[in-house]
Amino acid sequence: MIARLLAGAALAALAVGSAQAQQGKVSGDVVKIGVLNDRSGLYADLGGEGSVVAVRMAVEEVGGKILGKSIEVVAADHQNKPDIGSNLSREWIDRDGVDVIVDVPNSGVALAVQEVTREKKKIFLMQGPATSRLTGDACSPTGFHWAYDTRALAVGTGQAIVKEGGKSWFFLTADYAFGHQLETDTAAQVKKAGGAVVGAVRAPLNTADFSSFLLQAQSSGAQVIGLANAGGDTITSIKQASEFGLTQSGQQKLAGLLIFLSDVHALGLQVAQDLVLTTGFYWDMDDEKRAWSEKYKAKTGKMPTMVQAGSYSSVKHYLKAIEAAGTDDGATVSAKMKEMSVNDMFAKNGKILPNGRMVHDMYLARVKKPSESKGPWDYYEIIRTIPGDEAFATLAESGCKLPG
Amino acid sequence: MSTIFGIPPQALFGQLLLGLINGSFYALLSLGLAVIFGMLNVINFAHGALYMLGAFVAWLLLTMAGIGYWWALLLAPLVVGAFGVLLEKTLLSRLYKLDHLYGLLLTFGLALIVEGVFRHFYGVSGQPYPIPDLLRGGQNLGFMFLPNYRGWVVVASLVVCLATWYAIERTKLGAYLRAATENPVLVQAFGINVPLMITATYGFGVALAGLAGVLAAPIYQVSPLMGSNLIIVVFAVVVIGGMGSILGAVLTGYGLGLLEGLTKVFYPEASNIVVFVIMAVVLLIKPAGLFGRER
Amino acid sequence: MATEIHAVRRETAAPATGRPATPDLLAFAALLLVLIAAPYVLYPVFVMKVLCFALFACAFNLLIGFAGLLSFGHAAFFGGAAYITAHTVKVWGLPPELGILLGTAFSATLGLAFGALAIRRQGIYFAMITLALSQMVFFMALQLKFTGGEDGIQAVPRGHLFGVIDLSNSLSMYYFVLAVFLFGFVVIWRTVHSPFGQVLKAIRENEPRAISLGYRTDHYKLMAFVLSATLAGLAGGTKAIVFQLATLTDVQWQMSGAVVLMTLLGGIGTLFGPVVGAALVVTLENYLAASNLPVPVVIGVIFVACVLLFRRGIVGEIAARFGGKRS
Repeated sequence: MIARLLAGAALAALAVGSAQAQQGKVSGDVVKIGVLNDRSGLYADLGGEGSVVAVRMAVEEVGGKILGKSIEVVAADHQNKPDIGSNLSREWIDRDGVDVIVDVPNSGVALAVQEVTREKKKIFLMQGPATSRLTGDACSPTGFHWAYDTRALAVGTGQAIVKEGGKSWFFLTADYAFGHQLETDTAAQVKKAGGAVVGAVRAPLNTADFSSFLLQAQSSGAQVIGLANAGGDTITSIKQASEFGLTQSGQQKLAGLLIFLSDVHALGLQVAQDLVLTTGFYWDMDDEKRAWSEKYKAKTGKMPTMVQAGSYSSVKHYLKAIEAAGTDDGATVSAKMKEMSVNDMFAKNGKILPNGRMVHDMYLARVKKPSESKGPWDYYEIIRTIPGDEAFATLAESGCKLPG
Repeated sequence: MSTIFGIPPQALFGQLLLGLINGSFYALLSLGLAVIFGMLNVINFAHGALYMLGAFVAWLLLTMAGIGYWWALLLAPLVVGAFGVLLEKTLLSRLYKLDHLYGLLLTFGLALIVEGVFRHFYGVSGQPYPIPDLLRGGQNLGFMFLPNYRGWVVVASLVVCLATWYAIERTKLGAYLRAATENPVLVQAFGINVPLMITATYGFGVALAGLAGVLAAPIYQVSPLMGSNLIIVVFAVVVIGGMGSILGAVLTGYGLGLLEGLTKVFYPEASNIVVFVIMAVVLLIKPAGLFGRER
Repeated sequence: MATEIHAVRRETAAPATGRPATPDLLAFAALLLVLIAAPYVLYPVFVMKVLCFALFACAFNLLIGFAGLLSFGHAAFFGGAAYITAHTVKVWGLPPELGILLGTAFSATLGLAFGALAIRRQGIYFAMITLALSQMVFFMALQLKFTGGEDGIQAVPRGHLFGVIDLSNSLSMYYFVLAVFLFGFVVIWRTVHSPFGQVLKAIRENEPRAISLGYRTDHYKLMAFVLSATLAGLAGGTKAIVFQLATLTDVQWQMSGAVVLMTLLGGIGTLFGPVVGAALVVTLENYLAASNLPVPVVIGVIFVACVLLFRRGIVGEIAARFGGKRS
């Protein structure tokens, strides 16, 4: 709170001082937006070119110009390699005058880019990465975590399912940092809500065959099998769970802790039906979201994931903040962004904590049965809205320590 | 209920059976590698990519032309085999006079291209391929639920492996093949078209990979990365079995599948490296591999 | 089996006089001038990356070009050292030079263990064994606690060299990396021209003959392997300091493939080839990342073209065309 007040005060002083120098406050006379994500690999479908399209849509809505200067969008593939990501973002900022970096799925790459943007005091709008460390011990004054994080997923899916009667849990965890964190976070939420964890199994990353792990989950007798994994691992484990008859028997329920619309699309409803998941966005919730998503679909042929929709929302907010601040200076715009609430088709009254966490409502969804689906992309039934304050950690809980 | 080493027998048998299923894929793939290696002295780095290609051909047949699983089982290996013949004729055959390492490097490059192209067009989250209606459902074996399709995979791979072994060890054509492996010049002098034989062998080897791909399609997602995830393990299998040994490749494939299953019961974290540890041990004791001989 | 790879190497390898030839010295001087001036013209971090990979490729080339052994598992040494350096500097708080030293020592030890196993076989077998062993390192890096799994080790401080020189300044970092690279390069250069290097070449050309001359070829091959692994580790450790991170990318088998490509593209068995190859591949990767072309496909096509059309590599081809007798 103090940090916020101070930032506000600093900003006010700056605004007074620079009132006459509004023009020329845009570095390099152009606002450059760099979309850095996975364009060919594991996460290409949930972000990829789709995020670029979404960002362009945000730019078009303001007429491609801000403070009289043009806005440019560049994109690159970090190939899920933190070194390439950090190198590219360094070059973008140092050489090409990029002002803001958007998306960056893969927690590993995002942590690397966070270091660069912190050092260079540039804005970083994270959509794809999951780990809540990005607004926790690895937080940065100019880093913003938008669409979701591991903590929100844990709260959403973990608590909600216990409330729905799924008391005993067994975790199928991807055996690496992200999976462990997701498991720990979710287990804590399950216990908090009165459930119990009866066991867990760690599966190596990129396992081709989950059947043996699923067998263990099955024999544990747990009511809920929590999938603390992502991307290809999630898809494979869900598919094989269906093959081994885990869910059809009705005794056990799968809970995907990180599932995107693109994953459900890849799985097909026959396999994914009745899966419960947490998402920050679903296209078919209200007119505003539907309208935007249809526009997006006309350009890409697909409905947007929460990552792609979040990319749009964050850039829109960023541009508004530049307009209001009258400059594209990283620190100033960052303070302005935190002052303003986020109101667009993605989030209503979203607020941004000093650690960069954008707090907005999350949604608990159930994947429809093939018979319930009215057509292509009609996949989710929203069963509960999770208020933002419940879903995301407070500043104190996050463990973020920002100077000043 | 009694336990074996603290593990309930259901879990143990279940995991062993699953290991056997995995072993079926190892066996099919390492069989193809071994056949190719025996004849061409090339380690086919593109094997994983061609396995992926087999699965994709099946998927494309289904989605584009509505051709189902059973026809794909026949057509996809043919397509992959034909592609292999093309590769061998146009590219690989230029390298036979050189160090065999160039064959390895060439196929490595090819694997990158094939995988890259599919990644570019289809992304990586994979495409679903349904289990054929005939093999849906499963059997309750008492200790586990065995999906019918997985049972079919084991049977199919056993039949193919045995048939291949028989063809190479017991038929006249196989005899030519083995002779050509030992001394191509002499066999050529007997009037046998050795270059054609080499081409056919390569085509057959990669067709096996394509077949494995079709078999795998309904189990795993049809994804551009499915091959590269598997191929390194299969390489280790071939090293352990002894390169060029047909029987060795098949037996080691099944054996290591079972062993991996066991590891998953007792120490799941190690299931990814157990194959490599065994490889190191085998190399220490028998550098030529379990069934190989020093050349 | 009589093979062309040997013929090519015989043509392109440095002369067996035991002393560097004048053209080599001239080329080296030119390279040195370019590298000293580079950070003022090009983006320093980019050139540092090139230097790290160039040293890595040179280390790899020592093995394939001068001992005839194709390792497909060099990522284990490069990435292993990166992890050790990153961990010791970040968690133990060691100064960067000590961290790099420890990383290098780790790779040397690893090289000794892997080498002892792998040199029991030759050719393709050797390649497969190194590949499988490095895959083991990959899975360890994935699962051990200190490596941070998928996230890797991030935010490694660059620290102060010898407690004095601030490496967060990109120019001082650059010249430190340049010094490391030159050290490694000169070690390789001297090794190739030493009696030890001559024995290696003899083994490469005709191992039975070398044995019959009384050389314990396994010892020589193992030493070459360890030296190559050590220098690869030096490159990996330095890279960890430059980029302030160590991740799975560095230990993946694709990294082993990349270094093969760099060496092949520049010219196997040439002194400067790996440097040229590394510069080209790194530039390409950076350039393509911003375009719509799929990176792996382009890299694959280059690979195939190299193998089929110019096996001597760029430097090898140039040397063969213009260098006359020397190369």
